[in-house]
Amino acid sequence: MKVYSWGRLSGEPHAVSMLASTRRLPPLADGQRALPHGMGRSYGDSCLNPQGALWKTTALDHYVSFDPETGLLVCEAGILLRDIQRTFIPRGWILPVTPGTQLVTVGGAIANDVHGKNHHVHGSFGDHVRQLRLLRTDGSVIECGPTENADWFAATVGGLGLTGVITQACLQLRPVAGPWMETETRPYHSLDDFFELADASEAQWEHTVSWIDCMSGSHSRGIFMRGNPATADNRQPEPAAKALTVPLVPPVSLINPLSLRPFNTAYFHAHARKTGRRIQHYASYFYPLDNLLEWNRIYGPRGFYQYQSVVPRHVGQDAVAAMLKEITRSGAGSFLAVLKTFGNRQALGMMSFPQPGVTLALDFPNKGAPTLALFERLDAIVREAGGRLYMAKDARMPRDLFEAGYPRLAEFLNYRDPGLSSALSRRLIGY
Amino acid sequence: MSSMRKIVIVGATSAMAEHCARLWLQQGVDEMVLIGRDMQRTDRVAADLRVRAPQCRIQTICSDFLQPEAIASTVEQACATISPDIVLIAHGSLPEQEVCQQDLQDNRTALEVNAISPVLFAEAFATHLEQAGQGKLVLIGSVAGDRGRKSNYVYGAAKGLVTRYAQGLQHRFAGSRIQVVLVKPGPTDTPMTAHLKSSGAKLASVEQVAGNIVSGVSRGKSVIYAPAKWQLIMLIIRHLPGFVFNKLDI
Ligand SMILES: Cc1cc2nc3c(=O)[nH]c(=O)nc-3n(C[C@H](O)[C@H](O)[C@H](O)COP(=O)(O)OP(=O)(O)OC[C@H]3O[C@@H](n4cnc5c(N)ncnc54)[C@H](O)[C@@H]3O)c2cc1C
Ligand SMILES: NC(=O)c1ccc[n+]([C@@H]2O[C@H](COP(=O)([O-])OP(=O)(O)OC[C@H]3O[C@@H](n4cnc5c(N)ncnc54)[C@H](OP(=O)(O)O)[C@@H]3O)[C@@H](O)[C@H]2O)c1
Repeated sequence: MKVYSWGRLSGEPHAVSMLASTRRLPPLADGQRALPHGMGRSYGDSCLNPQGALWKTTALDHYVSFDPETGLLVCEAGILLRDIQRTFIPRGWILPVTPGTQLVTVGGAIANDVHGKNHHVHGSFGDHVRQLRLLRTDGSVIECGPTENADWFAATVGGLGLTGVITQACLQLRPVAGPWMETETRPYHSLDDFFELADASEAQWEHTVSWIDCMSGSHSRGIFMRGNPATADNRQPEPAAKALTVPLVPPVSLINPLSLRPFNTAYFHAHARKTGRRIQHYASYFYPLDNLLEWNRIYGPRGFYQYQSVVPRHVGQDAVAAMLKEITRSGAGSFLAVLKTFGNRQALGMMSFPQPGVTLALDFPNKGAPTLALFERLDAIVREAGGRLYMAKDARMPRDLFEAGYPRLAEFLNYRDPGLSSALSRRLIGY
Repeated sequence: MSSMRKIVIVGATSAMAEHCARLWLQQGVDEMVLIGRDMQRTDRVAADLRVRAPQCRIQTICSDFLQPEAIASTVEQACATISPDIVLIAHGSLPEQEVCQQDLQDNRTALEVNAISPVLFAEAFATHLEQAGQGKLVLIGSVAGDRGRKSNYVYGAAKGLVTRYAQGLQHRFAGSRIQVVLVKPGPTDTPMTAHLKSSGAKLASVEQVAGNIVSGVSRGKSVIYAPAKWQLIMLIIRHLPGFVFNKLDI
């Protein structure tokens, strides 16, 4: 069947099957390769394997054990972060790190070593995995963790599903008082402003992130958002928000320069006006888009790219300014644009994305050649700054930028499972 | 919710049954007995449900599903453990129609797994519910049991037998505090239909179907189409005149 990733750039045939057992993998035909696939929330081609086998993991959705004394949760890898949050927040435990959508699997979160808004405090997802079990296509099982088979662990965290199928994981949850967040929004009017706010917030705020108006050019403006888990849990639960689904793929992208500029301006002013503190439910704070199901369809039949880079802090401000200038000049950006700082810590995965510095993520409707040409100009800035691009979002980065950004690649290759392959691995690593 | 404090599930490793169990546990269940044919797989489901609902006592029984004596003693054991308010009989397997036409042994197995086995369980539980004087007996049939068609009439006939059997039980317990419920799911995204999905079939989510089952059972329905749209679709299909129906390639 045809399978799309979140960016909907291609819909190519895959031999899809659903993994039912954590002990056995389906047999592969001679020369055939497979790829584990969670919720397909990766934007580019890292979760695709056109013409090959795709093993959906979402039926591996069983908890194995939970220790209410220590907060250690053992679960299968196809379980959704949403389900873990729903099961455990009412019992006083929360996932320490989650991405901007909770509709992803534990396996997908490990394989991309995903980050949240609290990188400066809690690092990335892999930092909270105590053990994982890897099932290889030759039938062997490897248990690994930060100390046990640590090399296999470092290869598999951020390993893009290429080292074997993660069947189960032991996660360290964190105590939490309840589902509420204390949040604050502040407008900023320049990158100086942004970095000042980000630095000043690190000590007091667990979560920091910002929306940036990518049409504002050299006069960068945006909304800075910070939050902490609220200490008291004395509120009534919010009525569950009703999920809406974008019902069809419009013939053209609804995101275009005509709609974008006024929209961004309105958004900025609306939020600049209602700054200040408030109490918010964790789901609407962390996963604002999850109630608009299939919003990725609004970009039309050609789909969209997300371009996410991280550049080191000492060149960060100049590099971000240069990228924003290119984007404003091209008029090609979109509403979804995120600027945030990472804390000063290295991720443990050989191929993990987070590193100290500042990360900029933007969606771009796919307009073909002009879009790709813009990316080349952005690549040049990232390359010059010594940064890297996020593979969970990528569908087109050039090999040299990949190799420069991920210096542990050669080491990683020793741990690949020869029966697994993805469109991304074929594009960037040979098979 | 005092009416659903104790639940027995036969074929507890079925994805549909698991999702029903998860929903029931959210509503509050005191005790559950899970019956499966493979200890490891049944324990996996039990472990999951225990994490979801630590307050519920969950036990497992491993049984042969085809031997009448084994079925009788398993039901005996389950009902000695708890006196169930709800019994869900969920197991089944989707055979390949063509294989069944060629190999009569496979044909027979398909009929036994999908028809004989569930109704023997149902009969054995009916006796216990009758003695207890109350309870709901829920059987999973299928829309495929509503009319035979060339692409899967072996499975369809088996599900048709379950349908008639459930009707008979409903008749027998009419006016009592024992209720017999027949569930007829449409094509649903579970391991059973994984091969259909890869060929692009449109499948309902198992969460949705389980939600339909759980709410239908608590509202006291006697036949539950899940999702509900299948009621109308099957009404039409059942009533199509033969000369029209026979032209359909379904
Ligand atoms: C709205 C939105 C917001 C997002 N925000 C963030 C964010 O803030 N931070 C961030 O880091 N990311 C973010 N992402 C990206 C997303 O978190 C990652 O792409 C994530 O990995 C997707 O998980 P998935 O279960 O959908 O996996 P898929 O996309 O299906 O697969 C991702 C990779 O994991 C591998 N994989 C999946 N399951 C297994 C397994 N069991 N064993 C081995 N390998 C496996 C696949 O082979 C593939 O390489 C966001 C995505 C969306 C759509
Ligand atoms: N999915 C659909 O589209 C659909 C549509 C209509 C009706 N149904 C019915 O819904 C019920 C649940 O199915 P499901 O979709 O949840 O499928 P499933 O997840 O594949 O579960 C099938 C169940 O049947 C058991 N089983 C399979 N073969 C068996 C055998 N030979 N003997 C004993 N038990 C056996 C399995 O036990 P093991 O785990 O031990 O294998 C498992 O518990 C079935 O009665 C099915 O016929 C399903």
